[in-house]
Amino acid sequence: MQYPPNVRIIEVPCTGKVDLVHLLMAFEYGADGVMVVGCMAGDCHYSAGNLYARKRVQRGKEILDRVGLGGDRLEMYNLSSGMGGRFAEIVREITEKVRELGPSPVRVATGKAMRPIAEVTP
Amino acid sequence: MIKAVPKPLEEVLDLVKDFHKVLIAGCDGCVTVCEAGGMKEAKVLASALRLYFTQEGRAAQVDEVSLTRQCEKEYLAELADRLDAYDAVVSLACGCGVQYLAEMYSHKIIYPGVNTCFLGVNEERGLYSERCQACGHCILADTGGICPIARCSKRMLNGPCGGSEKGKCEINPEIPCGWELIYERLKTLGQLDRFEKPVDPKDWSSSRDGGPRKIVREDLRI
Repeated sequence: MQYPPNVRIIEVPCTGKVDLVHLLMAFEYGADGVMVVGCMAGDCHYSAGNLYARKRVQRGKEILDRVGLGGDRLEMYNLSSGMGGRFAEIVREITEKVRELGPSPVRVATGKAMRPIAEVTP
Repeated sequence: MIKAVPKPLEEVLDLVKDFHKVLIAGCDGCVTVCEAGGMKEAKVLASALRLYFTQEGRAAQVDEVSLTRQCEKEYLAELADRLDAYDAVVSLACGCGVQYLAEMYSHKIIYPGVNTCFLGVNEERGLYSERCQACGHCILADTGGICPIARCSKRMLNGPCGGSEKGKCEINPEIPCGWELIYERLKTLGQLDRFEKPVDPKDWSSSRDGGPRKIVREDLRI
């Protein structure tokens, strides 16, 4: 299973733990795009964590649209732990999509657009 | 509890777009419970504003804080040493908190970040509904614990009116008729005789009709 190396994975116990502020702060720290990958709908071990996450992602997209970054940079997917191949495929897709969107306006404005994210994040 | 909703982000952006240093002040009271203006919401709004300013290429400072309650001077005083560092404050408290903050720091620009809506209950997360209009003279003892002032669209004291149909109000079929609810509750309690004697007009002077209100509790004051 291979996927582009410019993706940083942050593990959480459940996507229900992902708050709106985490999504926004990822962009503050210089992410060009963020994807949230939760369990399949109806398969949440905590009953509704992935459903909460989807609503937060939706609100995050609206906020990103309004502050000038564009909601397209944030997406949510539902996968099971047995879908590694599909995960790699999605990472390739989203990487390509973010590459087409270009560097985040935050990184462009701060002059950090030409540097890898790892160097930009504090 | 007081219920509020966040103001649209565009509205807040429009208020603060010309400033360089902005403080988002949440309140840990009622607005935290209805997820409109607590620390979490303050962090989200501050982050959104920072993203906006940064992508505009502006070096603005947006910080967040949340006070235990913005309707009390003791807690507002915690900001005394901090406010000089900011051009403006967006308060996520209810209208009471915003006003008290503005009253205490009269030299500072204070903007509201939420729309304060009503006194209500949490039916479930994200679903709040009005129960009380703070009229100043509670009549719930006579109406089976259901308030005709808050629950009847016309605030009738002797309802229901002719607009009540199949238990719903004529102004909106999704609103239950307050007086239908009162009738059913009194029936359950075996108190339907309540409907046999009309209620006298209410003294509204304890409500807004008497102007801005004040409570003076001499037993509590020092």
